[in-house]
Formats: sequence, C-alpha cells, structure tokens
Amino acid sequence: MSVAKRIVIEPVTRVEGHGKVVILLDENKKVIQARLHVVEFRGFERFIQGRPFWEVPVLVQRLCGICPVSHHLAAAKAMDRIVGGENLTPTAEKIRRLMHYGQMYQSHALHFFHLASPDLLFGFDAPVAIRNVIGVAGKFPDLVVQAVLMRKYGQEIIKATAGKKIHGTGAIPGGVNKNLSIAERDVFLKDVDQHLAWAKSAVKIAKDYTVANLAKLAPFGSFDSNHLSLVRADGAMDLYHGNLRAIDAQGATIFDQVDYQRYIDFIAEEVRDWSYMKFPFIRSIGPEKGWYRVGPLARLNTATFIDTPLAEVERKEFRKVTADKPNNVTMAYHWARMIELLHSIEKIQALLNDKDLQGTDLVVKGERREVGIGLIEAPRGTLFHHYKVDKNDLVTSANLIVSTTNNNEPMNRAVAKVAQDHLQGVEITEGLLNHVEVAIRAYDPCLSCATHALGQMPMEMTVLDHQGQILDRKSRG
Amino acid sequence: MNNATPTILLYGFGNPARGDDGLGPALAAAIEELGIPNIAVDANYQLTVEDAAEIAGYDAVVFADAATQGSTPFWFSRVDDTTVKRVGNSIGSIGWTSHSVSPAQVVALARDLFASKVAAYALGIRGYEFGDLDEALSSRAIDNLTEAVTFARKALVERQFEHYVQEFGPPAAGDATGGTTWKA
Repeated sequence: MSVAKRIVIEPVTRVEGHGKVVILLDENKKVIQARLHVVEFRGFERFIQGRPFWEVPVLVQRLCGICPVSHHLAAAKAMDRIVGGENLTPTAEKIRRLMHYGQMYQSHALHFFHLASPDLLFGFDAPVAIRNVIGVAGKFPDLVVQAVLMRKYGQEIIKATAGKKIHGTGAIPGGVNKNLSIAERDVFLKDVDQHLAWAKSAVKIAKDYTVANLAKLAPFGSFDSNHLSLVRADGAMDLYHGNLRAIDAQGATIFDQVDYQRYIDFIAEEVRDWSYMKFPFIRSIGPEKGWYRVGPLARLNTATFIDTPLAEVERKEFRKVTADKPNNVTMAYHWARMIELLHSIEKIQALLNDKDLQGTDLVVKGERREVGIGLIEAPRGTLFHHYKVDKNDLVTSANLIVSTTNNNEPMNRAVAKVAQDHLQGVEITEGLLNHVEVAIRAYDPCLSCATHALGQMPMEMTVLDHQGQILDRKSRG
Repeated sequence: MNNATPTILLYGFGNPARGDDGLGPALAAAIEELGIPNIAVDANYQLTVEDAAEIAGYDAVVFADAATQGSTPFWFSRVDDTTVKRVGNSIGSIGWTSHSVSPAQVVALARDLFASKVAAYALGIRGYEFGDLDEALSSRAIDNLTEAVTFARKALVERQFEHYVQEFGPPAAGDATGGTTWKA
C-alpha cells in the first residue's frame, strides 16, 4: 500500500467512538479510503451472559434510547424460539406489530424532523446557522409541530402496547403480556386520519425535493451496492417478520426466502484492525464485494410490493425514477424512509380496526430449544439477535448485528465518495464538513449504548500528513 | 405523575446501563418516590424533540442529568435557550445524529412551537464512571445523588429556583446549557 496522508474528522466528546472520520489520502493527495467510527456496544453481549433468558427482551432496550422497541422485539422473537412459542397467537402477533409500527412511525418522524428536513427544506448547501431544527421551526412551524406530534403519537402507541415508554415489558417469550383495550384503541383511532394526512405530506416533501434535485443528489455519496432485508413469503415488504432476501445493484437475486434461523450460513462478519465495529458481508460473494446496505433504501429495493395502498403508490413512483431497477442513490434514503412512514401509519390504522387486538389468548409455548435467533426490520435496517441458553435458563452467548453495523461499509463508502468529490487540497472546509455530515445523516447511525450526553456533538476536523502531522484543524461548536 | 395538576416537571435523563450516566433517572425515581404535591416526574435515556410538547405546559422544568465537570456534589443552573440561535453555535447546528438533543434545544422548540413560557433549569449531578456497561452507580456518585435529592426536594417544594441558581451554579467552566462542558 502506498504512503497515505490522513484527514481526521473527530467530534469532541468524552465517549470513545462517538463519531470519527478518518480519510486516507495517497501520495497524490487523492482520497483512497474513509474510516467512520461510531459507538459500538462493545461488551454488551458479555453483559447479557449469565442472565435468565426471559429478562433479555427488557435488558436489551438499554442498547438504544431511540429505538429500544426494535431490540425488545428482536430479542423477544429469539426467545420465542427458546420456549417453542414462535407461532404466536393472532392477538400476540398483532399487538407486537402495532408496537413495532408505532416504533417505526416515531423513529422515522424523528429522523425526518431532526435530521432530514433541514437539508430537504433549505438545501444542504444552506448556512449551518439556519439549516437546523430551530431554523425549520422558524420557517415552517406547522410542519415541525406536526412532526413533534407524529413522534409523540408513535411513542404513545409504544407505551400502550409495551406498558411503558422506556423499559417496556409488553413482548415476552411466546407472546405478549397485555392486549389493547377498546378505550386505548379509541384514543389512537381518533387521530389516525390526521396522521395519515401528515405522513402523506411528509412523503411529498421528500419526493419533491429528491426528484427536483436528482441530478445533484444522484452522485452525492452514492455507489452501487447489494441490498438486504426481510420480505414476506410473497415478496411484500414486511417490517416485523419474514425471510431474508438479498439482491445486487442491478436487482438480480443473490438469495431469497432464506429462513433467518440459517442466517449464519449466508452472512459473515469481517473484523478490521482499525474498528471495533465488524463488517458484515454475504458469504457467497466474499468481504470485498459482498457488503450490502440495509434500511429504508434497501427495503424499497428488495420488496416486490407494499401491501398498503398509499405506500404502494409511492413505491411505484420511487421505482419509476430508476426505471424499476434498484435505487443506489444515498440521498434517496430520505424518500424511502418517508414511504415507510406512510406504510407504518397505514398498518397502524388497519391494526387498530382489527378486533384481534382485544383478544385474550396471549402466550403460546412449545418444545424448549437452546438456540434462539430473532430478526426484525428496525428503522435503520435489519437487526439480528442470536442467543444460546443453557438448561438452567441462563444465556451463555449472544451475538447481535445491529442495523448500523450492517451499514458499516456503505457508510464508509458514502463518506469516501463525498471526500473524493468535495475535498480540495488538504484543507478542511465548512463545505466538506457539511457534506460529510449530510452523507452520514442519510443513514442516521445509531449510537447504541452511548451515554446520552447533554447537547450536540460538535465536530472537529483534523488534517494529518502522511507522517501523522497536523496540517489543518477546524472545529464547529 | 403524582398529582392531578402538576405545574413543575422534574425530568431526569441518562442511560442507566452506563454507570454514572444513570444519575438523572435515579434522581427522578427518588423524587417520584417522595410524592411531592404538584410535581410531575419523568425520565428517559435521552431528550427528544417531542419533549418540547411535554414541557410546554408547565410553569417550570428541571432537567436532571449526570455532570462530568463542575461543582461537587451538584450544580444548578438556568437553561439559556437563546444560545441555540447563535450563529455557528453547536447547539443550534443540525449535527449528524438523532440520538442527541440538548435541554436548550427542547426549551427553544417549546417556546417557538407552543408559545411556552416554561422556566427551565438544569441540575447537574457530578458523576465519575461512564465508560463501561454497568448498571450500578459509583460510590461517589451515590453520595452526590443523596445530596442532590435532598436539594431537589427542597427546591421543588420552595420553588425559589432563581435563588438556587445564584447559590449553586452555573459550573465554573463553560456554558451550563451547552452540554459539551458537562460531559465532554
């Protein structure tokens, strides 16, 4: 390998790995690689070992303050296998689905409001001083109120189905511990039409911006990639359950309808010496070309269709932009995310009108097993939970592949692409910092298990020469 | 919630699985246990945008969190939401993750979106051990928590928050509401 210069973009923060970008240059000062570090939950698997398996669905919610429900449900699905209760009762499955769609709805709304809308509404070349949540609130107050209320609606659904806003206990091995009362249901039904309207308008904002700026957005942090997600047996998007499907950048099937209990035969994880976070890849292709994207963009690419009418119309429009081929535009994540937001509220509406939610048959048990694997489509992508439990009901090993880990290589590639296109010389400009942040925001990496420190994480950029000497350093904040 | 018409909210936040980062929720739990009239209590891992809607209707909110700097056992400060509008200030910038919102941002949004007049304060409880996955508070943090609970009880009952700002804060170094000097 040639002698390389390094450019370091590093948030000033106490917590190790809270976000750090290292850009490697060759002797000709051309970008050859980017290395993005985010918080990895090192030690969490060990933290779980020795615990009774039934505690795990609650315990794993400590992994994330934004999407604890994803971990709660993935762990519960794994523990369903342990107790032989994976064939849930209709009430249990629908309560879990309602919880999950509430989670998707609130998480996507948060991302839209907090991270995406400033870029979409002002353009990502707009000054930082206005391109933020406060700026959006100042210019589009009604939109921001909607977004806050959308987030709150999802949170209330979680509270009603999981029992609590945090550390919910609703999903238990083999089922759930409560149904949804008529009174609880009616609270949500009262507002669901309003939320459908808001979700449709959010899709429109994302779509209009993406289509209008496609020439500029198409190359931004973009690259061809494989895509992976769960899909239903008929190929429909299913965010709660299904089998694994992987396609390549042109849409050719790599594998399809793989039972995720066998994921380990299809997915492997590469370790690199510079990162605590692993790099998953498709075994049959290998680590160099077998990496893949997960999350809203991948799901819009892998799904044959969406089974809710409004979102399906939007999916077709999304696919039309790329002539029904997979969309590999990084910034299209935002549009895809809003289509899923709409899908989620359509699902919520349908579930609220389903009398099974008031059923009383909540738990099933069957043949005891020692291995449990649970997968779910979390807001940021496919989430893997894999446990072994001994005869004393204690967890002996755990392996978790979180969505952000699945997107590890793509995030690095996105940052590298932005750096290749926007780095001039070795000087870190505000423009470069802005563009790198925009690319990272598309994925919204999860700071799993971080201490959730007060305040933002200001960025500091450092330029190092090939001998590690600092050439430039800039700080924001 | 411990009263039908609470006018003050005590909001503790932090990750209880990260050692002393759990000081905020621990204080919230202790205050809730006391059942002080007209005081609402909430807790979460971190602040999020919809917290703007939650705090908007209160007369006052006290955010409680662990602090990595400043006075021991705790400090008490006013949350200055005007800092979020300073050009180039990190609090007002968009950032790159949805996993971090400051009290100042929440208060600014409450004012801008819901015409809230909520008075906002921050209680920073000094912590020491944040790095490892650990559900227990350190012994020194427990000592500080005990004193912070005593203080918070008194402050919430007496409601002389401005007086306590003069007495207990802000921390010596940096902007108490900026967040970065508390924990960075």
